[in-house]
Amino acid sequence: MAFSSEREKLNLRKRHARARGFAFLCALVTWSSVLILGILLFQVCIDGFGWLDWEFINSFPSRFPDRAGIKSALVGTMWLISLVAAISIPVGVSTALYLEEFAAKGRLSKLIEVNIANLAGVPSIVYGILGLAVFVRYFALGRSLISGALTMSLLILPIIIIASREAIRTVPMSIRYAALSLGATRWQTTWAHVLPASFPGIMTGVILSLSRAIGETAPIIMIGALTFVAFLPAGPMDSFTVLSIQIYNWVARPQPEFHDLAAAGIIVLLAVLLLMNATAIYIRSKTERRLK
Amino acid sequence: MSMTESRTTANQGKNAVPAVLDIRDVSVLYSGKAAVKNVSCKILKNRITAIIGPSGCGKSTLLRSLNRMNDFVDGVTIEGEILFTDQNLYSSDVDPVEVRRRIGMVFQKPNPFPKSIYNNISWGPGINGYNGSMDELVERSLTQAALWEEVKDRLHESALNLSGGQQQRLCIARALAMEPQVLLMDEPCSALDPISTAHIEDLMFELKSRYTIVIVTHNMQQAARISDFTAFMEMGNLIEFGETDQIFTRPNIKRTEEYVTGRFG
Repeated sequence: MAFSSEREKLNLRKRHARARGFAFLCALVTWSSVLILGILLFQVCIDGFGWLDWEFINSFPSRFPDRAGIKSALVGTMWLISLVAAISIPVGVSTALYLEEFAAKGRLSKLIEVNIANLAGVPSIVYGILGLAVFVRYFALGRSLISGALTMSLLILPIIIIASREAIRTVPMSIRYAALSLGATRWQTTWAHVLPASFPGIMTGVILSLSRAIGETAPIIMIGALTFVAFLPAGPMDSFTVLSIQIYNWVARPQPEFHDLAAAGIIVLLAVLLLMNATAIYIRSKTERRLK
Repeated sequence: MSMTESRTTANQGKNAVPAVLDIRDVSVLYSGKAAVKNVSCKILKNRITAIIGPSGCGKSTLLRSLNRMNDFVDGVTIEGEILFTDQNLYSSDVDPVEVRRRIGMVFQKPNPFPKSIYNNISWGPGINGYNGSMDELVERSLTQAALWEEVKDRLHESALNLSGGQQQRLCIARALAMEPQVLLMDEPCSALDPISTAHIEDLMFELKSRYTIVIVTHNMQQAARISDFTAFMEMGNLIEFGETDQIFTRPNIKRTEEYVTGRFG
């Protein structure tokens, strides 16, 4: 072109080349991780699909692979996640609201903030030991669903708090000022405006942490969930098992049939996870539409 | 002209027009640094008072201290007294929530709630225990804010679908729904186009008969057009306060003259 010199053109070509190179690199990284995930899923599906039927879902575990099923683990997981949600959502969201909206921003709140961030990085087995010492032994709740749920809640609380605080922080100050200038109290402002506006973000954090809780095995083993459960828990004080433990248990068996059962168990676990994420996306899109 | 008479009497200090807010020796400090220094003046009933001055002169800070919105700023301290119907707004037995309920505010950027038009208006009266007909209140407030005709058929649509100028009038309507004694406006037109600005200025003329208005503005022409009294501030000090005509045509202080004639700022 007439308005650029040769040197400028060369420079521009170089810059475009660099941009293309970087885009290619990003695409390569993205697609290779997707590919690896795809291969894993494919392998799991090949191994497990043949075992996946209503009987598998509706049977208790057994010594005989063709009679073994995942019923007690699936129900145990449902119980555990419901309890964890019931404990961790109110506690986590209230904590986040307190820290963001009410607590004086000082040294103490800074200290709490740093500690919560640190807690999010503590290995899950440590929470298991804590749960064993505090809930199972000290509070004598035994190896029950409620012990497991409390331990899991401790594990995911830091994540819920951090995600909720981020979501609350994205609510513009102008909305708070608008409410306060109408003679609203801090609580009315928070309840009617801040919480609804940050709800989609909070939901995302909650679902992500519940998904993590669903896959965790170590702390549940630590507090002593059973590996062989031939009954359904009827209440929070009953003993239980969960999907991840059932899978772990099957993988540890020498017979190859049990490995295939584990693959089928993984498919069920993934299906539950997908269902949860889909629910989250649905709730989010619905509330976002209401806001707009 | 009764208008001119009352202005004159006010100027002569005979108090024919009562003061709604009596600002007495007020200083506002952010972490010990003064943003407003020893300001004293009276805001008269049913008059528009404009606060002008260069950026960072403390005019918004002064305005926000009139309904205790500065309380939300960390490290703020306020000295002096602001009397509102003979009650010091900053005395310990005054609940700031009650202050804000009586002294409304419109902000620089339109900030409607992400809710329906109707709910934007009804929320404030609702939480404050209003027990008349909400439909009537919504219609009355929107009519006062000259917005009713434009939105009456879509009251339950989101307020965020309105244009910027409409949103700002909605915010005014929302403040009016509380039936405040004073309306504080913090550069309400700075984010609006000239036509929307003209709308809001017309509106302020209409509202004057029922409300007392204090407006902070960057726009000197706007202050000259709409206000009865003007306060000129610079670096936290109230340099001059008087009738708008006098401030713009025969200022007593050199610095005021330099500012209103556009020699700096």
